[in-house]
Amino acid sequence: MSKRQREQEKDRLFTRRALLLGAAQIGLIGTLAGRLYFLQVMEGERYTMLADDNRISLRLLPPPRGRILDRNGEPLAVNRLNYRVTLVAEQVRNVEATLDAIGKLIELTELDRRRVMRDLRRRRGFVPVTVREDLTWEDVARIEVNIPDLPGVAIEVGALRHYPHTESVGHILGYVGPVAEADLTGEPLLELPDFRIGKNGIERIYDRELRGAAGTVQVEVNALGRVVRELARDEPTAGQDVVLTIDIGLQSFCRGRLGDESGSIVVLDVHTGDVLSLVSAPAYDPNLFSAGLSARDWEELLANPKGPLTNKAIAGMYAPGSTFKMVTALAALEAGVVRPSDRISCPGYLELGDHRFHCWKKEGHGGVNLQEAMMVSCDVYFYEVARRTGMDRLAAMARRLGFGDLINIDLPGERRGLMPTREWKQRTRGQPWVQGETLIAGIGQGYVLSTPLQLAVMTARLVNGGVAVIPHMTRSIGGKPNAGRNPPPYPSMGLQRSGLEAMIRAMNAVTLEERGTAYRARITERGFEMGGKTGTAQVRRITMQERERGVRRNEDLPWRFRDHALFVGYAPVHAPRYACACVVEHGGGGSAVAAPIVRDVLTETQRRDPSRRTGPVASLVTPNGG
Amino acid sequence: MTVLIADREPPNILRKLLQVPWLVVLLVAALAGVGLAMQYSAAGGAWDPWASRQAVRFGAGLGLMLVVAMIDIRLWFRWAYLCYGAALVMLVAVEVGLGGRIGMGAQRWLDLGFIQLQPSELMKFTLVLVLARYWHGRTMEDMGRIIWLMVPLLLVAMPTALVMKQPDLGMALMLTGGAIGLAWIAGVRWWKFALAFAAIAAAVPTAWEYYLRDYQRQRVLTFLDPTRDPLGAGYHIIQSKIALGSGGVFGKGFLQGTQHALNFLPEKQTDFIFTMLAEEFGLVGGMGLLGVYLTLFLYGYLIAFRSQTQFGRLVAIGVVWTIFLAVFVNIAMVMGLIPAKGAALPMVSYGGSSMLVTMFGAGLLMSVWIHRDNRFGPRGEL
Repeated sequence: MSKRQREQEKDRLFTRRALLLGAAQIGLIGTLAGRLYFLQVMEGERYTMLADDNRISLRLLPPPRGRILDRNGEPLAVNRLNYRVTLVAEQVRNVEATLDAIGKLIELTELDRRRVMRDLRRRRGFVPVTVREDLTWEDVARIEVNIPDLPGVAIEVGALRHYPHTESVGHILGYVGPVAEADLTGEPLLELPDFRIGKNGIERIYDRELRGAAGTVQVEVNALGRVVRELARDEPTAGQDVVLTIDIGLQSFCRGRLGDESGSIVVLDVHTGDVLSLVSAPAYDPNLFSAGLSARDWEELLANPKGPLTNKAIAGMYAPGSTFKMVTALAALEAGVVRPSDRISCPGYLELGDHRFHCWKKEGHGGVNLQEAMMVSCDVYFYEVARRTGMDRLAAMARRLGFGDLINIDLPGERRGLMPTREWKQRTRGQPWVQGETLIAGIGQGYVLSTPLQLAVMTARLVNGGVAVIPHMTRSIGGKPNAGRNPPPYPSMGLQRSGLEAMIRAMNAVTLEERGTAYRARITERGFEMGGKTGTAQVRRITMQERERGVRRNEDLPWRFRDHALFVGYAPVHAPRYACACVVEHGGGGSAVAAPIVRDVLTETQRRDPSRRTGPVASLVTPNGG
Repeated sequence: MTVLIADREPPNILRKLLQVPWLVVLLVAALAGVGLAMQYSAAGGAWDPWASRQAVRFGAGLGLMLVVAMIDIRLWFRWAYLCYGAALVMLVAVEVGLGGRIGMGAQRWLDLGFIQLQPSELMKFTLVLVLARYWHGRTMEDMGRIIWLMVPLLLVAMPTALVMKQPDLGMALMLTGGAIGLAWIAGVRWWKFALAFAAIAAAVPTAWEYYLRDYQRQRVLTFLDPTRDPLGAGYHIIQSKIALGSGGVFGKGFLQGTQHALNFLPEKQTDFIFTMLAEEFGLVGGMGLLGVYLTLFLYGYLIAFRSQTQFGRLVAIGVVWTIFLAVFVNIAMVMGLIPAKGAALPMVSYGGSSMLVTMFGAGLLMSVWIHRDNRFGPRGEL
């Protein structure tokens, strides 16, 4: 073959093959055209029907939130049915017009409308947005009747959080609220219209456990987005129930006992760390929050000088006053700088350098030993003991008993109080510590600040045999035991037995001896007797001139300058089981105001104790069969 | 490079511009116009987020296409291996993760800053160039010997293996299909194709068992019986068929499609854009689009027959065949004729890579036409 022939052969081959390939392409395009004709013309009607009737949509089922119960199973937080109107953006042609139509049927404020528009922008198009909730039956009926004219609008029923015991447990439970932008984690559950998460208290701390897991339902919807039938369902997992250590009966009693006062009460089981009651007054009704708080209610809460939004039991900080004297005494005994029987003379003041430190009793107590000093709350005795012990050892003992740091209870917003040290003062004030400040700290004044919870913890640790018990709010979650962040066993503080026993004897004397500062507030019921210590914390400084003119009486002062009244107590004295701390803000004297409250609370606590409810007869039945 | 050409032959530029096959430009623009309209509809009647961005890319693509068309076909011949090598390097770069981004479950994108380039798309056309160059130099005797088939096999196998590893089975099949078409045109013997098909048929069970990933097996099984998983993998095919079928002869009208508006169609602006078109414009619209493509292909064949060199013919038909394969795979997929996979509809689907490389291919086609009378020897010599 010549080169020319070969070229021609190559051309012919190309032409042949190209035509074949081209024909194949035309054939394949013809196939596509035929298929298109088949689908759109021959089967068109069938698919038109399918398009109108069968659309499959996946929806989330919110899980019911776990309940919160008290230690005896009494419900404190439950779920109530809530009817609401929702709107799915991608199924609505004109949102404004639809809202207008809804507004003609039920009341819709300008505020509602703005919130709906904002939510629509924030959420994905297929997520329903709540237009209004907590509808009455009448509203529900009006919407339901008009549903066919309102594509994309639906009535849904959800759960609203309800707190049957209202404000008496408000601070403990906290409340639930709508998911804020900052809370969004990409979890689709959080984007559901009425989903609520814990915003404070137990609701917030145990939100994960209470929340549960979402289920899904696959439904067929028609062209208007109405559900035709359910295809598959994956049930949600309900949130776990949280059982608290709180005894709601005792809690309500404590709340009632505080009345209109501003203050708090904490009751602990000294061995287990169970918090039987934790009250802060005044309080707020968590139901207001779960339904959506009005701006006016919120302003009112904020403006109240008694601070109803703060849980004072864990976040209120007060000078412990004389209730701190156990710390001073124990630190001194532990350091060996004083013996319980040593007498110290009190002429009504103690002079240090050119400064005079006054006792609360101007004429002085004469010579007092440890027990007497505690009983009459002699300041001079504790000035002297604090001077001998020194600030370092004093602060170390205070920390062991729970001051100056977080107790780490399972509630949000706890504060650490303040236990000053030399190093702390140098760092924060830039000045060296002076000895006079040690004396002041020795009677729980000056820089020292503590929370009522810390006072209760100190008391518990003193009377339970020196165990560093850590209080907690929960008994069990989802049926499994749970004792907060630091479960037992609790370590021993490693203190001398003799020192602790001396403390208990001294505190018993405060209520049991006639000269004791709380004798008038003692428990007289046999077997229920309490021991304790009064405290009165100054809020203002008493000047030299005033001391000479005569100190002004509390009742003559404006409320916010009056002293805080404090009392820490425990019962029964023969085998301490319960510790209680009470602070009444600007209430006046500890013995006159706080001690009677603790007396009543500890009496009630013991009466409610299931192991003692049957009275003295039960104590006759010993394990050996008596 | 355009500068270089302009320096050498200044008067040519104007004459060349006159020679540009404007019908090709018109057809390409028509396809892009349909795409923009559907992307506008997919966004619920809005330029954002798709149509506006695609319009900018189309503008850039037009420039690229004309520049490619102006460049002498002999230069393309000379640069064929260079282009192929560059595309291969990019594929490797994606594979080792150099700027490779996870998109749709596979590493396919190379982030170049101004565009996320899919190197495998580019490879489709550079493979056409390199194979055309290789076969341009082969004589009829060469074609008869197996030994001469080794080089093209290797040229195809390297990118195919890389693409398979991504893993992008669809693209691998597309590259192989393109190469087979070219080998056919070049004149490889009948029986060799028969042998290759037999070998593939024998390999299928093995591949099914060991090579295919689970989700790929699912796709094939679901294709064979879409109703076996109506809420899972078969969902898209069923929904696409419902949307298509409900369009009827004249469609529901522009912006009136209900199925895509309710989000029943996934990836409606890319893979399922033909479904949208057929839903809104019906059989008339669907046939119209097929007609535009067919016209473009037939014009490509005309260009091929008029070219004086084997290289020009092979490039022209290679480009047509490559675009055709993508069109067929996409439309057949949305109509439930072949298994569902992520394949764009050239010029119409939203996406920069697919559009730009398709216009690059169209540019090559136009270059073949403009330089159809330029002859050169087996090694490109005049």
